[in-house]
Amino acid sequence: MSELVYESKGIIVHIKGPVVEAEGMRGAKIREVVYVGEERLIGEIVRIEGDKAIIQVYEPTGGVKAGEPVERTGEPLSAELGPGLLGQVLDGLGRPLEVIAEKAGGPFITRGIKAPTLPRDKKWQWTPLVKPGDDVVAGDVLGTVPEGSVTHKIMLPPTIEKAKVIEVLPEGDYTIEEPVVVVEHIGGKEEVKMYHKWPVRTPRPFKEKLAPVELLVTGQRVIDTFFPIVKGGTSAVPGGFGTGKTVTLHQISKWADADVVVYVGCGERGNEMTDLLHTFPKLVDPKSGKPLLERSVLIANTSNMPVPAREASIFMGITYAEYYRDMGLHVVLTADSTSRWAEALRELSSRLEEIPSERGYPAYLPDYIASFYERAGRIKVRGRRDELGSVAVIGAVSPSGGDLNEPVTQHTMRYVGAFWALDKDLAFKRHFPSINWLRSFSKYTGGLKEWWIKNTGHDMMAYRDKAMDLLQRASSLEEVARVVGEAALSDENRLVLLSAELIKEGFLVQNAYHEVDTYCSPKKQALLLKTLLEFYDRARPIIDAGVPISRIAEMKSLGLLRRLKFVPEEEFENAVKEAIAQLEAEISSLLAEVR
Amino acid sequence: MSVYGLTFKGIDQVKGPLVIMRGVPGAAYEEVVRIYSEDGREWFGQVLEAGRDKVVIQVLGDTEGLDSNAMVKFTGSTLKIPVSDEMLGRVFNGAGEPIDGGPKIRADDYRDINGAPINPAKRDYPDEFIETGISAIDGMLSLVRGQKLPIFSESGLPHNEVAAQVARQAIVPGKAERFSIVFAAVGLKYDDVLFFRRQFEEFGALSRSVLFLNLANDPVIERITTPRVALTAAEYLAFDLGMDVLVIITDMTNYCEALRELSSAREEVPSRKGYPGYMYSDLASIYERAGRIIGRPGSITFMPILTMPGGDLTHPIPDLTGYITEGQIFLDLDLHNRGIYPPINVLPSLSRLMKDGIGPGKTREDHKEVSDQLYAAYSQGTKARELVQIVGEAGLSPREKLYLEFARRFEREFVAQGFRERRNIEETLNIAWDILSILPEAELTRISEKTLNKFHPKRRIAAQAEGE
Repeated sequence: MSELVYESKGIIVHIKGPVVEAEGMRGAKIREVVYVGEERLIGEIVRIEGDKAIIQVYEPTGGVKAGEPVERTGEPLSAELGPGLLGQVLDGLGRPLEVIAEKAGGPFITRGIKAPTLPRDKKWQWTPLVKPGDDVVAGDVLGTVPEGSVTHKIMLPPTIEKAKVIEVLPEGDYTIEEPVVVVEHIGGKEEVKMYHKWPVRTPRPFKEKLAPVELLVTGQRVIDTFFPIVKGGTSAVPGGFGTGKTVTLHQISKWADADVVVYVGCGERGNEMTDLLHTFPKLVDPKSGKPLLERSVLIANTSNMPVPAREASIFMGITYAEYYRDMGLHVVLTADSTSRWAEALRELSSRLEEIPSERGYPAYLPDYIASFYERAGRIKVRGRRDELGSVAVIGAVSPSGGDLNEPVTQHTMRYVGAFWALDKDLAFKRHFPSINWLRSFSKYTGGLKEWWIKNTGHDMMAYRDKAMDLLQRASSLEEVARVVGEAALSDENRLVLLSAELIKEGFLVQNAYHEVDTYCSPKKQALLLKTLLEFYDRARPIIDAGVPISRIAEMKSLGLLRRLKFVPEEEFENAVKEAIAQLEAEISSLLAEVR
Repeated sequence: MSVYGLTFKGIDQVKGPLVIMRGVPGAAYEEVVRIYSEDGREWFGQVLEAGRDKVVIQVLGDTEGLDSNAMVKFTGSTLKIPVSDEMLGRVFNGAGEPIDGGPKIRADDYRDINGAPINPAKRDYPDEFIETGISAIDGMLSLVRGQKLPIFSESGLPHNEVAAQVARQAIVPGKAERFSIVFAAVGLKYDDVLFFRRQFEEFGALSRSVLFLNLANDPVIERITTPRVALTAAEYLAFDLGMDVLVIITDMTNYCEALRELSSAREEVPSRKGYPGYMYSDLASIYERAGRIIGRPGSITFMPILTMPGGDLTHPIPDLTGYITEGQIFLDLDLHNRGIYPPINVLPSLSRLMKDGIGPGKTREDHKEVSDQLYAAYSQGTKARELVQIVGEAGLSPREKLYLEFARRFEREFVAQGFRERRNIEETLNIAWDILSILPEAELTRISEKTLNKFHPKRRIAAQAEGE
């Protein structure tokens, strides 16, 4: 039993960047939040030595002096969970950026601003689902409020295992500070509000983790078809600068068929966040018909904002994601970029004078990366209801010098189910998404055969294997062609190159900024790939019949096939029929020529 | 307790640019100090570590002549410079002090040189096209107002010329005012500085320019402050006075080397190639000061120049920069040696903000598709060129030969242009169509049928013939 009385104030003795040392901190806990200095900057205790505490401060420390006070809160860094999260733009500590701007009185972020995540004055339309006398357990739904594009379930928080309802507020509009339910448990009476706090570094509990089996449709062909991710799965996107990591993550955040999207901009460009802030309110979620922003939580801790908060932002984000998961929803968390997050860790580790391991990163880097990705998953929610929820995690990795052998990429690879390796050469050619089909992988393809047949009527995984085979063969032929020239290859082999080129141009390349091409439904993907594969199947026999490859390459239908992807969904089937008809006609006339 | 205004006599240790003092309990972190030696010399410094028992001060300028009897005065304030519209037309050193013999600036305000991060929610998205008159940039890597787009170069390449040409020619179509220029030289040779000065003079921009000079023989430590001082001035001009400011800082490589030197003096754990692990965040705190702000008319468009050591794109300096900036303009030694000016290799170049700055109402409706097609075709052409090295031109297929010719004309006619030649976007795109039309239409897969009908030279001729 620790002592109940603690000294609530300490004194700063040393300041070095974001690391502050304070004395008179006996009884302080590791990871406890403290307020540092006269300006009450937010910090977290990272090390304790006797009555000294080492504090990492989340705000710039310029002007702070030895002798200033340190105030303790007794609480770890926590996220506020309740209605009002969706549509918000928060910094790495969960403070709304709009409120910061208001309090700072200008467009620049100043220090010492305190702002709660959830709006306190907003009223929510409460519908109770329990009545006095009901027995409830942690995770049970006490009532609901509509929020953005979801029905927000107010659950008995994980901190109360079992209780009896004694009071419930009737249907009506309430703020989150009003106790909507009063319960009684072993410890006595407790008021339950619409929100509670949860320490961000502790995973939220669930009943059981299940194997993920359902495709997370992203509408991006190379991902859904070739290297899919599933609901509750994990994926990493490594790539040098300019290879399109951010665009890929933005596309997924826009189009993924999830109920809630959490986007963590971690140590990246300010204008990229602005881009999201500009496009999300305008784009409409096809499922709910509401603006995408209403299903999203955006966390922006850009590269010029304090480094320690960057480290916290990822944990903040995953805690929000788990909270919505607990309601039985499917959540996608995208983090751009986990490398900046790991670098923040390295910087702090170095300031704490820990012994560095590989490339200056601390030795506990792998555990740290795992502690993030392992919070993804498809789960049975708590409480007496039979519901499943999931959190899929997609993290961008920015390897220094584009070198995939650096520690962050290597350790990440061990914990993810899909790996989308972005390729500089493809990016230079403006082949986007620049996902290299030979170096990427997905461990989820095996389980998805049934999904595709059930949802599209096509055995897509069989098409995939066939297309992959063509691409692999083309790749080794290209090696040869690089030495002897394409003209020296046999017509048969050149047809493989031509067909692979068609799959690249007509299927793999997808224009994120094209009105139609930006999203491709699974149905369209399946029919498109099937059609493109038919080109090879039909052209192959006429090569044997003696039609030269140069004539095949000139066919007009090839142009039609290449551009099929730009045809809108409703006209797509007809366009496919036309293209195939033209292909057949041209093939028969070529055959007639040689005969 | 603060030591604000107090003067202490005696320092314990001098180590490179670092001064260590004991028994100064109330120094503030990042506080500015003034150090006086007994013979009356004066230094500027900043508190790097503030402890009850020990204070570490980083001294700006050369520490030669500093002795243990020096007096240290604590100012109680972080590093600030005076700002006002009087800065225009003036020349300053890396600490923000006038060096053109003119009077001191009458300050409207004093600003911390580190600035404060722009709240991402208050940024305005940059989407206004800047016409630089350089085809390779306008057509393929369009610059927009408020973008940060560095020039990645090598020693001996004409990066100064490219930057000066942009400064001379840049306009926002439809806007009468020209860009104000904030120019910062970081560890530059004097003749390079002279080149820029002459250029600004020649096109009458000196009166709307502010120059910050840290020359190669100036204190290394001031290279750390020069970009920050320059951007503080730029922020004032842009966000307080509403000007469109073009900031040119050269050479950022010298900045990074100074950062490495300082880090090693502080005995920090190095990351790649001896550069400190926080170099990414440090560079971001500089580059991210570019942009636009909601409700304020001005903007900071930022064109830093850096020379890649050994031309290596994966070197930590260009690598970390590329992760922060919104693209890069890549100058290529090979193109330069073949006599092409500007020697911009568009393939490794990129403008991330191009997509929203071009198109109907901004440039022209075919711009995006044309630039995509040029990229794809030029990349095919360079592939064919590599092949020629191995199998000779005779070994190429007719299609490959065509692309080879395309690449040649693209470099000679589209990329190459005069130092004083200004092409508007219309001219740039028309040249592009001329070159694209040597390829069969089936190869133009990045261009839609509609655009082909409207802009392809052959179809336009056909349409005209039909009309007659």
